[in-house]
Amino acid sequence: MTVARFWRKIPQRYNLIGTKCQTCHRHFFPPRTFCPDCRREGKIVDHKFIGKGTIVTFTIIQTAPDQFTSRGPYVLAIIRLDEGPQMTSQVVCDPSEAKIGMRVKSIFRRIATDGESGIIHYGTKFMPE
Amino acid sequence: MRDVAVIGVGCTTFGEKWHSSFRDLFVEAGALALEDAQLSGEKIDAMYVGNMSAGRFIEQEHIGALIADYAGMATRHIPSTRVEAACASGGLAFRQAVIAVASGMEDIVVAAGVEKMTDVEPGATTDALTGAADREWEGFVGATFPGLYAMIAKDYMHKYAMTREQLAQVAVKNHYNGARNPIAQYQQEITLDTVLKSTMVADPLRLFDCSPITDGAAAVILAPLDRAREFTDTPIRVLATAQASDSIALHDRRDISTLDATVAAGQRAFKMAKLTHKEINMVEVHDCFSIAEICAIEDLGFCKKGTAGKFTADGETALGGKIPVNTSGGLKACGHPVGATGIKQVYEIIQQLRGEAGKRQIDGAKIGMTHNVGGTGATVAVHILGRI
Ligand SMILES: [Zn+2]
Repeated sequence: MTVARFWRKIPQRYNLIGTKCQTCHRHFFPPRTFCPDCRREGKIVDHKFIGKGTIVTFTIIQTAPDQFTSRGPYVLAIIRLDEGPQMTSQVVCDPSEAKIGMRVKSIFRRIATDGESGIIHYGTKFMPE
Repeated sequence: MRDVAVIGVGCTTFGEKWHSSFRDLFVEAGALALEDAQLSGEKIDAMYVGNMSAGRFIEQEHIGALIADYAGMATRHIPSTRVEAACASGGLAFRQAVIAVASGMEDIVVAAGVEKMTDVEPGATTDALTGAADREWEGFVGATFPGLYAMIAKDYMHKYAMTREQLAQVAVKNHYNGARNPIAQYQQEITLDTVLKSTMVADPLRLFDCSPITDGAAAVILAPLDRAREFTDTPIRVLATAQASDSIALHDRRDISTLDATVAAGQRAFKMAKLTHKEINMVEVHDCFSIAEICAIEDLGFCKKGTAGKFTADGETALGGKIPVNTSGGLKACGHPVGATGIKQVYEIIQQLRGEAGKRQIDGAKIGMTHNVGGTGATVAVHILGRI
């Protein structure tokens, strides 16, 4: 991944800045610049999410891609944010602790490393609330 | 719109084909299809080729032209188009070819699919496949393909009473069928224990819940139905072609363990063919993971939501069951060269409808269905084919 490809998403990835539609009040994370409900009537503005939510479903990844190897087995989940939208994220906890319905809150963590001397990517993970 | 028929089919064996290059695979499948249709290459008006990721797998783009060239068509300058929709690339290539013939624009059209996956190391293959999901918001945070389907399985098992053994039976049944298919990558039967004791990949999915990495190619030749008898005594009619899309990311779905694109494409196909479920003799579904077959047979409407585990364990999807599913061995045992899979599904159904499926033949097969999925359900193609 080039620096620009990562850098342009820093506000979203680091601080959970998504968007919301001022016409229908629907929230979007990951951010969208076009409201699927209101279409051209929609007015999209940035929105900072509180960073709290509930685990909808999860898995424990045993076979990790190379850039995630230092993490060993990790919990990957779909989280429903309290504002409504769902996102995919890692949950930092003992894998045996993870449960559907568990309350979680966002934290800032290292996500991946591009090779030995490559860029380290940071972003949002979650942990039990 | 004109009626369309399949007049010839060809498929390479599937597996880790160290001695065959991308273009070798395609030429082999194409030649088999031409021979089957007793057709010379000069009759071909156009080609559609399903391919997911030659750019990542062999660092080659511009696949339409490459394939036309090595199929000996460069000097005839026929139109040749690559179609990409991740693992549904083959199904969409078939659909584009059907539309081209049905519209009257072209007469004799090749629909093919090809993938050469073993020329890069497995890590690179896995990473390329992650591109079928949302790279920015799934892949980036550590989602793998088995991981995404594992989250579907977890959601499904939380909502419905399916046991781990019932889920494993999908793989056992598909290996049983694969053992009766001479092109299959794995032609060995397995037991429940093989699945339940295999390495955990992404909880609750184990290695034997996952389809393998495969090289292979398949090709079929289409013609207007009213010209089909010029080429073959056993033309197979295309009764329906349907396609649907959904959110690229799993987290944006209405329901995690229902593929709404499968529901939509299935309903459209049944409506177009004016058929009911009882009239379908067998179906090839997209079992990239065992849970995917469970969702597919429910979302296509062959059994009620939440009951496919028991339905499978009761043998209803086996060769002698109510609705045999994946007689080819499916993606699990026959193999999954991603861009070729949708065409291989058509190839299997044609073999069944012609009565040429050998030890896995369904007696009196008249109508068959194919179901091809891209990603975790962002693209679905469904086709219905019938004996005349
Ligand atoms: Zn709106």
